[in-house]
Formats: sequence, C-alpha cells, structure tokens
Amino acid sequence: MALITRTAGALHRRPRLRLTLLLTAPLLWLAVLYLGSLSVLFVSAFWTTNSFTSEVVKVWSTDNFHELFTVPVFRQVILRSVGVALAVTALCAVIAFPLAFYTARVAKPKWRPLLVVAILTPLWASYLVKVYAWRLILSEGGLADWMLKPFGLSGPGYGLTAAVLTLTYLWLPYMILPIHTALEQLPANLLDASADLGARGWRTFRSVVLPMVLPSVAAGSVFTFSLSLGDYITVQIVGGKTQLIGNLVYSNIELNLPMAAALGTVPVVVIVLYLLAMRRTGALSSL
Amino acid sequence: MEGMAIRLQGLRKSFGETTAVAGVDLEIRDGEFFSMLGPSGSGKTTVLRMIAGFEAPSGGRIELAGQEVTGLAPFERDVHTVFQDYALFPHMTVEQNVAYALKVRKVPKAERLVRARKALAEVRLEGFGKRRPSQLSGGQRQRVALARALVGRPRVLLLDEPLGALDLKLREQMQVELKALQREVGITFVFVTHDQEEALTMSDRIAVFHQGRIEQVGTPAEVYERPATPFVASFVGTSNLLVGESAHRIVGAPGTYSIRPEKIRVLKESAEADQPEHSTAVGTVAEVVYLGDATRFLVDLDAGGRLTALQQNLETSSEDVAAYRGTRVRLQWHRQHAVAVPVPD
Repeated sequence: MALITRTAGALHRRPRLRLTLLLTAPLLWLAVLYLGSLSVLFVSAFWTTNSFTSEVVKVWSTDNFHELFTVPVFRQVILRSVGVALAVTALCAVIAFPLAFYTARVAKPKWRPLLVVAILTPLWASYLVKVYAWRLILSEGGLADWMLKPFGLSGPGYGLTAAVLTLTYLWLPYMILPIHTALEQLPANLLDASADLGARGWRTFRSVVLPMVLPSVAAGSVFTFSLSLGDYITVQIVGGKTQLIGNLVYSNIELNLPMAAALGTVPVVVIVLYLLAMRRTGALSSL
Repeated sequence: MEGMAIRLQGLRKSFGETTAVAGVDLEIRDGEFFSMLGPSGSGKTTVLRMIAGFEAPSGGRIELAGQEVTGLAPFERDVHTVFQDYALFPHMTVEQNVAYALKVRKVPKAERLVRARKALAEVRLEGFGKRRPSQLSGGQRQRVALARALVGRPRVLLLDEPLGALDLKLREQMQVELKALQREVGITFVFVTHDQEEALTMSDRIAVFHQGRIEQVGTPAEVYERPATPFVASFVGTSNLLVGESAHRIVGAPGTYSIRPEKIRVLKESAEADQPEHSTAVGTVAEVVYLGDATRFLVDLDAGGRLTALQQNLETSSEDVAAYRGTRVRLQWHRQHAVAVPVPD
C-alpha cells in the first residue's frame, strides 16, 4: 500500500513523467504502425520490378508516378474513383439533410433517441451482408427491376451506378449523425428571431439553418468521401467490370508491388487535400 | 393612427394541463413605454410571445394597430423582438445581423448598409460592424440586438427581460439609454421584466402580472402608491401590510393597509404624535439592516404584526445602527400613506 501511495504521489509531483507514461504506448502505435507503414508504402512506390520474375528491384526511379499520370487507364480510374467518392458524398448529403431535419426537429422529442438508434442499426450489420443484399436487389429480375417495371423502367444492373448507390447506402449514417446533432443543437430562438425579423421558412433555412449546419455536412463528408475512396469490395460485388483505385492496387499487389504502392499513395494524397479543403469550412472542429 | 398599438382581449394560453395565461385584457397606447411586470411564471413572457406570434393563443384576440393578428405568423406582424439572450446569428457579422430585417425585405444592398450603420450609431456601436457577435461583450450584444430589432422601424418593439444578463452598473446605464432611445425613435416599447425597480424607473405605464392574470395597470406612481391588491403591494416595493385586528387598532378602521417603508419615521417611544393627521404605533426593533445609504428597521408592533421602516442615514453610522436592536420605538406616518388595499374574495 505504502509503495502505491508513494508512487502515486511521485507521479502527481511530476506531470511530465505522468504524461510520458500515459502517451508512450499510443504514440508508439501511431508512429510505428501507422506512419511507419505509410512511409514504407511511399518509399516502395519508388522501386521497380523485374518484369519476368515480378521480383521487387530496389532501384530508385520515379517511373511509377510518371505512369500514373500518363497511362490513360490509370488516369481514368483515378478520376473515376474521385468522381464516385464525390457522387456518393453529394447523394449522402442530399438524402441525409431532410432525414436529419425530421429526426432532430420535426419528430416528437420522445421518439428522437429511437430514430437515432434506427439510423445507426445498419452499422451493426456486417458490411458484406449489406453489399450482397444490394447485389440481390440489383440483380437481373431482382427487387429494383421488379419495382421499376410498372413504370416501364429497369434497375441499373451491376456497374458504376450500382456501386454509387450501394456506397451511398453504406455510408449514409455517417452523414446523418453529424447533421442531426447540429440541427438538434441549433437554438430555437434563432429561428424565432429570423421569423420575427420578417423571414419566411425558406429564407430562414437558407440564411440561418444551412450556414450553421454546413460545417457538420462537411464533417460528415469527410467520412463518406474517404470511406468511398478507399472501398474496393463493393465495386467488386455490384460494380460489374468497373474498376476503382482500390481494385488496381489489389490486382497489382502480386505482379507489381511498387506500382500498387504508387497507386496506393493516390487516395492518401487526395484525402489529405480533401481534409485541407474541409478544414477551411470549420468542419474539423465540429467532428 | 387610431392611438392604440396593441389590444388584447380575453387572451389565454395553456400548455397541456398548466395554464400560463388565464384571460388577459390590455390596451397599450401608441408610443408608450409599457412594462409587463411579474414574478417568473406569471405569464408575462408568454403574453409577449403571443404578441410576437411565437405562441398561438388557446383563446382570445390580439390586435396590432387596430388589425387583428391573432392567427398570423411572426413574419406577418409589424413587431420586432429583443430576446432575453439576444439570439444574434453567430455566423453573421454585427452589420449582417443588423441588416437582416432589411435583407429579408429585399432592400438594396447599399441602402441596407447605410441604414444598418445608422442603427448601430443609434446604439453607440459605430465601428463594430465587421465583428462577430462572439467577439462582443454582453452589453455590446445587447445593443446589437436592439439595433437589429429597431432597424426596420417596427410599429412595436417587444423586449423580453433584455437587461437580465447584465451586471448592475451596466443595467442601470442601459435603463437610461433605453428610455432615451425610445423617446428618440417614438416606437411603442413593450418591456417584460421581473425587476420592479426597472419597471418603475422606465415605464409610462405598468401591468403587474400574477398567476396568468393582470392585477393592476397604471403609472409607476399609481402602482407604487396605491396598489390595487395585496400582491401588487408586496411585489412592487417591500411588503408592508397591516391586517386584521392590529390594522383596526392602529388605523382606526378594519381592512388591509399598505404603508411604504420610506413613509414611516422611527422615533423614540416617548415621543408624542406631532399632528392629528399622523398615525403612530409602538413596538420593539426585531432586526436592523444597514444598507449604506439607508437603514432598514423591522419592528414587531405591540398591537400585532410587523412593519418595515426605511430611514435615510443622515446622521447615523453603521456603529450606531446595531445598538437599536431590541429597543422600544414609536413608528409614525401620515394617515394618507396607509393605503387601503382591496382584498379579493
């Protein structure tokens, strides 16, 4: 007992030592595992392979990055991936806003926690189960086809659209939650004040609600954008022949590891750029 | 102009089981500084919110300048509000906040800016236009809220305990400024407060609220000098009532009487009544409170009951004051200052 008391006392008198003991493990984890693997990835992107044996040759060259920007397939896939991530993010925002508005301000207060749970429920289910469910929905003669048939339409089938739809479904809760929180915290008397000064509903929405909730939309978009950009399984299951960056990384790992590494740095750079852009909106402080 | 800014008839509001406003009739004149005074929960703020249109009445009628507005939305009423916690838009600059009412009405940008600057000058905040509300002090935010509500020159300005969050010094300063501003712009002000002193110093007329009803409407002097009910007597100023048997014995007639503490003089027990128009009562000093500029005596009367007397500290000092405790004194006041208060059944 005495020893414990003495140790606790000694720690109390040395805040620096306390902080060091507390942070060593997580910092090591971050530095070695996360930043370490990222630098290995980056370094190996500058290596090359023997085209006969597929063995990695540790010779410095910027050929891989040169190829990224010159080979049309790579350029297309990169642009397509960023496009998919942006489309998913935009769709999520458009769908999430009215939903969050309902759960945060329209629904009776006693129902709100239940609705939030309902929004979160899909996150408890396995990712693969959900994606395969969408594969069934979008299959030929599946639910989507069946529902659209009376209108003389058919479902999108497997392909880029299917991938965007499925990803939107997967990441929607990450968009709804921050918007819900922001709308819930919006002081009611600001809405009163706006109406009092002569603003109708639409004007209040544009001038008061939207600008105050926008940082949270941006916060949600950080999730939807980066999760979409990193995904490669969904597109394999419902994307038909569509290829995204993840698929190229995956298919290059065996044959050309340095090329895979070069491809792998692309989403990292894009996401860093995206985060920098979002930081300007104040999104990161509302995470 | 028909001279009446607001007319309320049989106004009622219930929230579920609880009745917040239980039938209010009231007329507020054009250009008046009108206060709604009452303790929290007396219904004054709910009445204000119904005039603004934030709450729909459960019954009754609201007229603004002769037009019925009972069912209209807030943006359809020529009324602007200064909120208790100011409700400034945090994402807008001070200038944008003030110009909001003009922007909504599609006033051209150049004119908007000129009028916003003028409104800011009126509340003595020139040069603060580019700041955010979060960069201002409480008193400055208060002024921005005022400028924002005044810029559109509404028919009526509603103020919901606007000085509640300010410290005493600032509050007293704002009271003076607010009154001056109201005289300058000539708009009807409806001012909600629980502070009787604030209501007395600023208002042309006061309505005293109690349990969802109005107990008395009158000028500050009327409400203070001639309270219409025991509640008004106790809420506005210090409670000082003579009731029942002791009232009968001291005043000479049965009833309930209110005597303001500053009207009572504290004399030695042996002192004789100066003049026939004075009433006196003897008692023992139960408590003495030194207030700096004055001293408050709580005296238990021999005839029963307790009266509070307030004496200016013309000669007495704090050391003398304590010596009064437990001594015998004679209280004396002019007969006309014992005001008969009608007791409701």
